[in-house]
Amino acid sequence: MITGKQKRVIPGTTMFDGDVARKGYALNKMCFSFNSAENRAAYLEDKEAYCDRYGLNEQQKKAALSLQVLDMLAAGGNAYYLAKLGGIFGLDMQDVGAQQTGMTKEAFKAKLVEAGK
Amino acid sequence: MAKIVGGINVTHVPYIGRAIANKLQQDPYWKPFFDGFPPVRQWLAKVKPDIAVVIYNDHGLNFFLDKMPTFAIGAAAEYNNADEGWGIPTLPPYQGDVDLSWHMIDSLIEEEFDMVTCQEMLVDHAFTIPLELFWPGQHPCPVRTVPICVNTVQFPLPKPARCFKFGQAIGRAIESWDSDARVVVIGTGGLSHQLDGQRAGFINKEFDLMFMEKLISDPLWVTRYSIPDLVELTGTQGVELINWLTARGALLGEVAKVHANYHVPISNTASGLLCMEAV
Repeated sequence: MITGKQKRVIPGTTMFDGDVARKGYALNKMCFSFNSAENRAAYLEDKEAYCDRYGLNEQQKKAALSLQVLDMLAAGGNAYYLAKLGGIFGLDMQDVGAQQTGMTKEAFKAKLVEAGK
Repeated sequence: MAKIVGGINVTHVPYIGRAIANKLQQDPYWKPFFDGFPPVRQWLAKVKPDIAVVIYNDHGLNFFLDKMPTFAIGAAAEYNNADEGWGIPTLPPYQGDVDLSWHMIDSLIEEEFDMVTCQEMLVDHAFTIPLELFWPGQHPCPVRTVPICVNTVQFPLPKPARCFKFGQAIGRAIESWDSDARVVVIGTGGLSHQLDGQRAGFINKEFDLMFMEKLISDPLWVTRYSIPDLVELTGTQGVELINWLTARGALLGEVAKVHANYHVPISNTASGLLCMEAV
């Protein structure tokens, strides 16, 4: 039985629950549309108009246009869908990881290698 | 009755698809990962499965947040892969087994696992990459398939204890099918990784290795954890290891390790491979 809304706090981590899913729906729906090459091209042609078509709010639009992943997460984005937006700009997971942790890509990659030792 | 020949759990990082397309198997970065597979392929050649039941999670190819099933099963004669948006090659269609799908649907719902049933279903890298690793370059894939999709996207996710029971029900469904087919159960995803947030790049080798060991000897150990526990211990996407647990449940009873491999990192992920058979 659910008796209250106590959430686990894990530093640097957001669990994509109902609250976040509600908040981020428009942004995630836009990202989901990028499965289609035609939609990816349409985004590149006029990013702001594309965001408007999917009803992004100002916070989501600003975050998407800036490609700042932490801002997109704060606006309700989900990593699996955001990856499709990142893909349009050729960002790989080490670019995205480096950006979010404030590290250089080389330092981020070294950190991953270190985790395997 | 159908026979479960064993199970294989494996990581499904999308960039593996690109590495295969670019023939990077012997590249120093990729070699420790790809070198894990020949013993598994030898085992598959020995046990000769006809069908693979593949337990995986969709990443926004077939399912979106408009309709997000906790447990879904394919019931199609054929499953297509499609463009996922970030440029890994699209693979040819996979043959389904509609008879087994519907038998499993009947059996699972009888056991109170109320499946979402899909007569059309796109399968993403989490389904295609493992098959590409086990049967490299074989198009069409030499086994028929039944995809089972577990929600790892939108919380709440199914609890580990529930996933294990779900896996057991999958095992009983397969073994009660009136057929002489040989079935391999595949679980995909994990191991520890986190793509999002300031904790991006989180990997927990100690937990992963313990998890792989316990999956053989004491899978109920994993079911003591909650989903938030697993997120804390393995990362927001590391929680995909519930697919491994589900596949292990389907093996019903004691298993022995056929082969295992573990290598960090592949992209941002701790890669794992664990092949098991009944003892």
